[in-house]
Amino acid sequence: MQTHEPHQTSDSAQRLLVLPLGKSIQIAFQSLRVRFLRSLITVASLVLAIAFFCFTQVGTDLADSMLQTGNDGFRQALVRAGYDLSPVTTSIGSTPKQKWLMFLSLLVCLVGIVNAQLMSVSERVREIGTMKCLGALDRFILRIFLLEAGMQGLVGSAAGALVGTAAALIIGMVRFGPQALKPLAFSQVAFSLLLSMAVGLGLSLTAVIYPAAKAARMQPVEAMRREF
Amino acid sequence: MSHIIIRVTNVHKSFKLGRIELPALRGVNLEIEKGRYISIMGPSGSGKSTLFNMIGGLDKPTSGKVFIDEVDIAQLDAYELAWLRCRKIGYIFQTFNLIQVMTALENVTLPMIFAGMDQERAVEKGLELLKMVGLADRFRHKPFELSGGQQQRVAVARALANDPAIILADEPTGNLDLTTGAEIIDLLKHLSAERKVTVISATHDFKMLNVSDQVVWIRDGRIEKIENRDELSISVGQIDSRALQD
Repeated sequence: MQTHEPHQTSDSAQRLLVLPLGKSIQIAFQSLRVRFLRSLITVASLVLAIAFFCFTQVGTDLADSMLQTGNDGFRQALVRAGYDLSPVTTSIGSTPKQKWLMFLSLLVCLVGIVNAQLMSVSERVREIGTMKCLGALDRFILRIFLLEAGMQGLVGSAAGALVGTAAALIIGMVRFGPQALKPLAFSQVAFSLLLSMAVGLGLSLTAVIYPAAKAARMQPVEAMRREF
Repeated sequence: MSHIIIRVTNVHKSFKLGRIELPALRGVNLEIEKGRYISIMGPSGSGKSTLFNMIGGLDKPTSGKVFIDEVDIAQLDAYELAWLRCRKIGYIFQTFNLIQVMTALENVTLPMIFAGMDQERAVEKGLELLKMVGLADRFRHKPFELSGGQQQRVAVARALANDPAIILADEPTGNLDLTTGAEIIDLLKHLSAERKVTVISATHDFKMLNVSDQVVWIRDGRIEKIENRDELSISVGQIDSRALQD
C-alpha cells in the first residue's frame, strides 16, 4: 500500500490522486454484478460453511434451552437423540468434536475462497493493469477487492446463517416436537445468527487479503499483455 | 525552438532470464519534440515494446536516463509515477482495454475522478470527449455492446480525459480492420494537430507512416534510423509505385 504523500513541488496542490468511497463501492458492486456466476461460486462455499456453523450453534441453543426447563420428558428426548447427559448436567455446550468439525469446515471454506479470489485476480489482470495506467494507486485496487469481498461476505453469511437457523429449528421441531421450540429464547437465536454472520464476514475478508495484495502490487505494464 | 517532451539518453535495459542476462536495449538516444506524431517501428523482439514502455513510465531503465517533460522518471516514487500516468500520459492499447464493467462514459470519466475532478464536471467533459470522437449517442453502452472501432474511439476519448501532453498508443490498429484502423489513425492525427498532443505509437502498420512526422526504426535494441516526414514520403511513394507495377 502506498501511504506516502507526493514530494513538495510547486504544483503539489494539484498532485492529487483520489478514488471516492462511493465510486469504489459502485465499481465493486458492478464488478460483482457483471461476474455474477463467478461471485456466486465464491459465495456458495461461504453459504455452506456458515450454514453448517449456524446450524450447529442454533442446535446447541435449542438443546440447551430444552435442558434448562428441567422438564424430564425433554431430558429423555435429548438422551434418545444422542446427547451425552449425566444426571447433573444443566447446560450443553458444543462438544470438542463439534468444535473441531466447525473449525475444519471454516478452514476448508477459507481455502476455497482464497482459491476463487486468486482466479478472479488472474482473470482481471488486464483490467487492473489498465486502471493502474489510468493512475490508480495500489490502495484503490486493494480497496475495491476488499469491498467486493465485504459484500460477498455479508450476502453469503446472511444467507448461510438464515439457512442454518431454519434447518436447525425445523430438524429440532421434527425430532422433539413443536413444543420443544417454546423455551428457546429469540435473543439466543439472534445472537447465534449474528455471530455466524460476523464469522462469515471475517472469513471472507481474511480470505481476500492475499489475493487483493497480489492484485494491488500488479504492474501497470500488465495491461499490455496480449493474451487473455 | 520547440520543446523536448521526451528525452532518452543512453538507455540500456536487460532482462534476467534465469541466469542469463538478455539485453533488450543497448544504448538508445532519442529526443521527441512536443506536439509531433511519432511512430516506433520494428520487428517483434527488437526492443520496440521495451522502449515504448520506458517512454510511457511503465518500466525503468537498467542504466541511462528517461526524461518525461524534463522529469527523470527513475527519481519518481510509486505515487508520483501514478500521478504522471494519470495526468501527463494517455494510454491506448491494441486490445482497447476498456473496463468491461463500466459504460463508455464511466470509462472516460474514471481518469478524471482519479485526478480529483468532481463527478458533474467529469461527466460534462466525458460527454464532450465522446462527442468529439463521434460517439455522443453511445455513452450509456458497455464495451461489449460496441464494435472494435467504437471501443478504440472510447479508448481515445479516455486517453484524452486529463488533457495529457503525451498519448502512447501500443499497436492501436492491430485489432482493427483496414478501414476502421485508418479512421483511428486519422482521429489520432487530427488530435495531435489540433490539441498539440504528442502521439507516440508502436506499430507494424504501414498506414501509420503516412501521417507520422517522424518514424523511429528499432532493430536489435538500437535505433537503426530516424526518418522525417519528407524523407519518408519518398520511400512510401516508392513502395506504392512498385506495388502498382506488379
